[in-house]
Amino acid sequence: MDKFIKLSSAAIPLPIENVDTDQIIPARFLKATDREGFGENLFRDWRFNKEGNVNEDFSLNNPNYSGRILVAGDNFGCGSSREHAAWAIHDYGFKVVVSSFFADIFKGNSLNNGLLPVQVSPEYLQELFTEIKKDSTTQIEVDLEAQKITIKSTGSETNFEINNYKKMCMINGYDDIDFLLSSKKEIEAFESARV
Amino acid sequence: MKKTLFDKVWDAHVVKEVQNGPQVLYIDQHLIHEVTSPQAFNELEQRGIPVFRPNQIVATADHNTPTIDQHLPVKDLLSRNQLAQLTENCSKNDITLYGLGHKYNGIVHVMAPELGITQPGMTMVCGDSHTSTHGAFGSIAFGIGTSQVAQVFASQCLLLQKPKSLRVNVNGKLKPGVLPKDVILYVIAKLGTNAGTGYFCEYAGNVFEEMSMEGRMTVCNMSIEMGARGGMIAPDETTFEYVKEREFAPKGEAYAKKVAYWKTLPTDEDAIFDKEYHFDATDIAPMITYGTNPGMGIKITENIPTENNASFEKSLAYMNFEKGQSLIDQKINYVFIGSCTNSRIEDFRVAANYIKGKRKADRVTAWLVPGSQQVASQIIDEGLNKIFEKAGFKLRQPGCSACLAMNDDKIPEGEYCVSTSNRNFEGRQGQGSRTILASPLVAAATAIEGKIVDITKNLN
Repeated sequence: MDKFIKLSSAAIPLPIENVDTDQIIPARFLKATDREGFGENLFRDWRFNKEGNVNEDFSLNNPNYSGRILVAGDNFGCGSSREHAAWAIHDYGFKVVVSSFFADIFKGNSLNNGLLPVQVSPEYLQELFTEIKKDSTTQIEVDLEAQKITIKSTGSETNFEINNYKKMCMINGYDDIDFLLSSKKEIEAFESARV
Repeated sequence: MKKTLFDKVWDAHVVKEVQNGPQVLYIDQHLIHEVTSPQAFNELEQRGIPVFRPNQIVATADHNTPTIDQHLPVKDLLSRNQLAQLTENCSKNDITLYGLGHKYNGIVHVMAPELGITQPGMTMVCGDSHTSTHGAFGSIAFGIGTSQVAQVFASQCLLLQKPKSLRVNVNGKLKPGVLPKDVILYVIAKLGTNAGTGYFCEYAGNVFEEMSMEGRMTVCNMSIEMGARGGMIAPDETTFEYVKEREFAPKGEAYAKKVAYWKTLPTDEDAIFDKEYHFDATDIAPMITYGTNPGMGIKITENIPTENNASFEKSLAYMNFEKGQSLIDQKINYVFIGSCTNSRIEDFRVAANYIKGKRKADRVTAWLVPGSQQVASQIIDEGLNKIFEKAGFKLRQPGCSACLAMNDDKIPEGEYCVSTSNRNFEGRQGQGSRTILASPLVAAATAIEGKIVDITKNLN
């Protein structure tokens, strides 16, 4: 898994609430059997119309916006457990998703793929949208070690929560399998104690 | 300390605790399907890790399978490849697979309970968010991502933070025509799509106690639609009777021993939940959704609310509905009865009972997709297929079908579909399709009339 320590980047705004995983990656693209290439179809039906033409109004298609941070509306990633959603966002080039609320499974899937979900207050999220709207090149700094996100132009910053164990994993690029395999003896002992 | 049903099952499965971190939770039963497992198998292979407990895994093919001509090779090349990979991965790793055409094949959340794989007090996972269905038996069951599928393959465990607890109580007498689907759509409409995020939900009250196992599964199935990772209902005589004698259920003395344990699982009186809600059953009516998330539901006779909010307006624009509009008499061309929410025998009985002696409206395409081969056989054994055929409904073969439209069962662009499935997201049933979630009874009535009607008027 990719490591994540600190990132400073412009951001792409997606001020829509309840973005579900069917929008992030529609089911018809889940037929692949490997993890690569899902970025191509990220937000497919919002980025393109049915004829495959680019939808100019969608923020990911707006040439003014760029960067490795996606700033999205409340309850991001609800719906299906498909990890393809986290793969698609990561594969497209994002390293961070900021929202005022994340769905559970999506949050876990992101953390397992080096994509950092940063949950901020609804007020701070609004501030982010406002600043990005004012200046699309607004730099945003996400510092995982300090658990802090900062809008560079205004200096406005806020802290975010992350489980200590998951933080350690993200910073070092560890994943859960390594940890679980190291617990094999205890797992076997647990099994025999139950029978 | 007083414990909840959830606490009891969870605590019995904790292998160890990471200091200031998550817990290692042991998983009794792992269910897999073709869409979310291939990358997990690849990961294990790349790392040279064997599958730790293959006999605690059961596989089925359901998400990406055709619902006609299942005896023929699957036409879509990518789907065929995905199914072939599942077969190969299962045989390489000694995992039981009920593939296409097998008499036990079906939607993972329909076939596992009917085979007695699902039992009270278990921990169960599957790479599918509707795994919450199995909580109907008083098990802890939840959806996981593919990385976690790989973790369970490798260790039969997951690293998890214990969720908070939530209880939804519904007491009173349900009105005629109000089905379990209406109860859960009502609860989600009241609480919203993220009220349960971070929580495990227990459903309690006489309404759930009086429900069949099929009904309880419908309710628990949709827990994820209010954000809860899982839903649970305390096991009772209804549960024990359902599990008894099923293929993989414990038998004889082993069964009696299990039942004695299962009886200790219900939440202790005075146990405290982090959050608790109470609803009056008499306030619940047949429900429908009008928007693009399952929380956007109303009683069938109500008007669409008038909210001033960009996301709400975007949703109505997609559905081509107006604020304040009534959906009664809304013309409908597609009806889908199926999915892991409502494709069990009871759902088809309800539909058949209403349809009997009637004929569907000419313009309506009505698909009936049983949840499993066993449900399909039962439909024939009970003669329901004759009722459906006479009424002009198309009975198809088991699978997830038009719930997520990964196969060819897609609703055309711009069309409305009254569907017994669980999600009305944009494009969920096909690009540009518009989904209206409802119970099997409302769906059946819609197919007959070719429009949404107030079914309560036709009952009594």
